Amino acid sequence: MVAIDLDKYARGQRLRWWAMRFVVYGLLIAWAIICMFPLFWTVSTSFKTAADVMKGNLVPWLDFTPNWLGWRSLGLSPDTVFNVSTVREEFMRRLWNSVIMSVAASALAVILGSLAAYGLSRFSYKFGYMRNSDISFFFLSQLIMPPVVLALPFLVLYKELALLDTYVGMIAVYTLMVLPIVIWIMRDQFATVPVELEEAALVDGLSIWGAFLRIIVPLVLPGMVAAFILSMILCWNEYFFAALLTSTNTNTLPVMIASQTGSQGINWWSMAALSTAGILPLVFVGVLLEKHIIAGMTAGAVK
Amino acid sequence: MTTIERDLLHTVEADSISAGRHFWGRAALWLSTLWLAASFVLQAAYVSGWITFGFENWRPVLYAYVLWAIVLCVTRVVLYGEAGKKALFVLPAALFVVAMVVFPLLFALWVGFSDWNLASLTGRKFNGLDNLRRMLSDPFYANALVNMVLYSLAIAVEYAIAFGLALLLSQDIAARKFWRVTFLVPLMLSPVAVSWMVGKSMLETRFGPIARLARWLGWENPSFFGDPLTARLSIMIMDAWTFIPFMMIMLLAGLQALNREVLEAAEVDGATKWQRFWQVIFPLMLPVSVTAVMIRVIFKLKLADIIITVTAGGPGGATDSVTSFIYREYRDRSNVGYGTLLAIIYLIIIVIGMTMLLKVSDRIVRRMTGRL
Repeated sequence: MVAIDLDKYARGQRLRWWAMRFVVYGLLIAWAIICMFPLFWTVSTSFKTAADVMKGNLVPWLDFTPNWLGWRSLGLSPDTVFNVSTVREEFMRRLWNSVIMSVAASALAVILGSLAAYGLSRFSYKFGYMRNSDISFFFLSQLIMPPVVLALPFLVLYKELALLDTYVGMIAVYTLMVLPIVIWIMRDQFATVPVELEEAALVDGLSIWGAFLRIIVPLVLPGMVAAFILSMILCWNEYFFAALLTSTNTNTLPVMIASQTGSQGINWWSMAALSTAGILPLVFVGVLLEKHIIAGMTAGAVK
Repeated sequence: MTTIERDLLHTVEADSISAGRHFWGRAALWLSTLWLAASFVLQAAYVSGWITFGFENWRPVLYAYVLWAIVLCVTRVVLYGEAGKKALFVLPAALFVVAMVVFPLLFALWVGFSDWNLASLTGRKFNGLDNLRRMLSDPFYANALVNMVLYSLAIAVEYAIAFGLALLLSQDIAARKFWRVTFLVPLMLSPVAVSWMVGKSMLETRFGPIARLARWLGWENPSFFGDPLTARLSIMIMDAWTFIPFMMIMLLAGLQALNREVLEAAEVDGATKWQRFWQVIFPLMLPVSVTAVMIRVIFKLKLADIIITVTAGGPGGATDSVTSFIYREYRDRSNVGYGTLLAIIYLIIIVIGMTMLLKVSDRIVRRMTGRL
């Protein structure tokens, strides 16, 4: 009697377990589709012709035959990639601008931010009435500053300084934009390094800068990488400042993508190819360096 | 955030600064300061027409500032030895931020109370409180502010979804890393590309796949940006799509850092799943939740890219965020004065709002966790 009841109970339990599994994986798949479908749509549209786009064909090879139309208009299809193409040149220049600016700004922000975060975590300062907590707050409070507050003053100032549409100007803006985030991440990193390490280094005759460069930097390198990658993503995707402060020389990819409004209708396939080309580098970065990105985002959030 | 009253890392300072070194350090600092001040005054005088010679633009003043900053850093070490080297850690970042934020903010106050059309030759005209008066009677700015509140309220839904996804990912599932990467992808994508491919192409009323889906579900004439309410909703959803992964990752980290023993104790005590969530997990997750939501609010308040590229504020300014409204205001009239004033007011509202929000959330967290 008891045995039968137990058996029934176990079966019910197993059924519930399977139902749970079913729900969990169902939800996972559903959300994965929500996340990936726009990406799939973008990539597949870049291989469609006008008719395919209008008919809303979805599955390549089944619904429509992929062709290189979108990529040809960018000069990046197999048959045009070796020919001279002004569009491709334009695209490469924008891509290059994006790369230079995001890498330079992130590197600068990581250097400045790490130094500041280290100083604030180890020494006590007094700049006028400002003490350490005030200085920290001064840096981190930049995070709530909406870009629009600085945008128009920057526009006027840059015009006066002849910095409009220059690399230096844009890199400075982007560095400013990501600096509080870097400081936020690095502060958390330095807090986990015990001071005894540097004390030992100082006893052994290193200066504070020597101890910082030779002992501390190697230890917090993962944190710096995380900060760098996160900054790079933010700079790469930045549109607002780029739209305002650049014109012909230093346009970035997002500006190029946004300015593709044709007068009559939109060439969806070339739009899609352009978007794909702009998105793909970051998707690769994201997939390969996911660990660092997550480390950067969760720094300081979980105590 | 703890205040360190004394240096955490002690150093022995055994350097004596000679009188000569001291003198040259002081001299260099004074000279560079003088040069900065002189070049500023000279250029200001030239621009306002008091003197007839000067520089072509303000660049030389910038160089003077950079030189001054470098001299300031070097003289720290010259004048104070080891103690000065400590200042070198924070000084570069501080000087950079002062030049890039504090100065432009002060400049913004100067711009904000003027009528300044960049395209015209007349230049800046001080117009007192005209901008402020115009702002008070500008229905579009008020509408943009209301929109920011609405957009921010949408964070509640985003938070619920993100929490659900974080719970999903913290289950015992196969290939967790794969799911995590997949869910993270929207965050990597440039908002501009997203607005093009999702906002313009997928939501296209004739052939967009989502419009097709909507028709199939029985919506006769799907139009996602036709009337103000749906347009706002569409913007909210697109923005949510890019930023949900961000909150999800933070909440997931919080879930993984939870104390296993507490959860097991609750299970042993016979708490149901529902009870375990509301009585144990949720309260324990509050501090992380507050951080995640706060950062999300900060990012939401900067929302502009999607609106500028997809709707350009339409229909009739209904979807405008403050940033996109000011952007259009500048693009249409190239008048920087009014836009700057709007931005300053926006900043003041944000600072007050965020301070209040922090206070309130702090109290809630303390009450909820105190109960536990």
